Amino acid sequence: MPDFIAEWLNQNEIFTAMTIMEYWDGMVTTVHLVFLSLVIGLLVAVPLAILRTVRNPFVSGPVWLYTYLFRGTPLLIQLYIIYYGLAQIEGIQETFWWEIFREPFYPALLAFTLNTAAYTTEIIRGAIISTPNGEIEAAKAYGMNWFMRMRRIVLPSAARRAVQAYSNEVIFMLHASAIASVVTIVDLTGAARNIYSRFYAPFDAFIFVALCYMALTFILVFAFRKLETHLLKHQRPVNG
Amino acid sequence: MLDLKGYGPALMDGAIVTIELAFLSLALSVALGLIGASAKLSQSRVAKGIATTYTTLIRGVPDLVMMLLFYYGGQVAVNMLSDYIWETYEIDFFFQFDPFISGVVTIGLIFGAYMTETFRGAFLAVETGQIEAARAYGFTRFHTFRRIMLPQMLRHALPGLGNNWQVLLKTTALVSIIGLTDMVRVAEEAAKAERMPFHFFIPVAFVYLALTAGSELFIKWLDKRANVGVVQGG
Repeated sequence: MPDFIAEWLNQNEIFTAMTIMEYWDGMVTTVHLVFLSLVIGLLVAVPLAILRTVRNPFVSGPVWLYTYLFRGTPLLIQLYIIYYGLAQIEGIQETFWWEIFREPFYPALLAFTLNTAAYTTEIIRGAIISTPNGEIEAAKAYGMNWFMRMRRIVLPSAARRAVQAYSNEVIFMLHASAIASVVTIVDLTGAARNIYSRFYAPFDAFIFVALCYMALTFILVFAFRKLETHLLKHQRPVNG
Repeated sequence: MLDLKGYGPALMDGAIVTIELAFLSLALSVALGLIGASAKLSQSRVAKGIATTYTTLIRGVPDLVMMLLFYYGGQVAVNMLSDYIWETYEIDFFFQFDPFISGVVTIGLIFGAYMTETFRGAFLAVETGQIEAARAYGFTRFHTFRRIMLPQMLRHALPGLGNNWQVLLKTTALVSIIGLTDMVRVAEEAAKAERMPFHFFIPVAFVYLALTAGSELFIKWLDKRANVGVVQGG
């Protein structure tokens, strides 16, 4: 089998070991970018979602505004504003921040994180406010304070309800990350665009990369399905 | 007042391109969604298989990759076709694949897949008793579809349809990447030329925000109208 692949690669003009390596590097960049923005986004979203459910409008209002702005505008515009905008801030070029934001990777990471955090905040908020009242009353009856109630009752039960919607958000983020190639990041799509312009072979370049994304998507779908059955184990019918 | 440095009219034209693109893609995606949903619910195994492959493929691939494939690949395919037509029939046929057409086709195809799922769910939500009653009245299949299924399923489809529309609207921004001069493209050029990114991108962001907010209100109103005869519990 490896001989067969080697022979095929030798005969093929486009899929040489070099372009395969380019795709591989692109895949690493995509996974890196998406993974980091999802993890940071989730860490930001949990406290924001809790603030969003607070009754005081001065607390929940700003969070609402943030999620509204980031969910109501295209991610591409957010990326452009951050990518082009950061360089324009007075004096940033003299600070150490410039070392970080000069690379296109970090502005893209910031844009993706802010975007996914906004969507995730709303997902978690939806799950928090649909916590059955009885669960909270029971926690209160046991004398749990607000913090303990949140940590032991509300958040775990909200996580179960949020996982389905969150899996959609993860896949959406993977697909949205393709626009990173617009700000000169060589992610999977960036690699495909480079290879397309070198060989003028749109089908080879883009269909291959589409298959890569599809493989990543199906891995994610599979992993989330496993996670969901794991989290909802206690709700499975006894004889099911 | 906001000074757009003479880019105002170009931005305005760009906004119109965005809106045209969004509506044409919506029309295509609704048509594809109706066909896809009918195929998924039909008895034919082949139709079901094709529709399922279509929705699975679309959901696995990023919109931008799809768009690049259609834009660059579409032109190569058309060139091959016109070579073939010239060689066999000696007819000079050429067709320039422009970014607007590729944008409409790609966005229409992508959201057609999402609409398929929305409409499938909505069709299933129509009570079987209604369809049986239509059959008992001697309605043909087409009549049942047009008079019974379509009006009743629209009510169930509306929330999903509205969501898809909101996402579609934001997806149109991607067409600026393949070179269509929509408002994002104009803003990008202006921002680069004037070195004022905030000055041009933030107004464009607010146009999108206004469009999504406006659609939200319109969908709410439609939803209210569609549910006017429905008695809700609670």
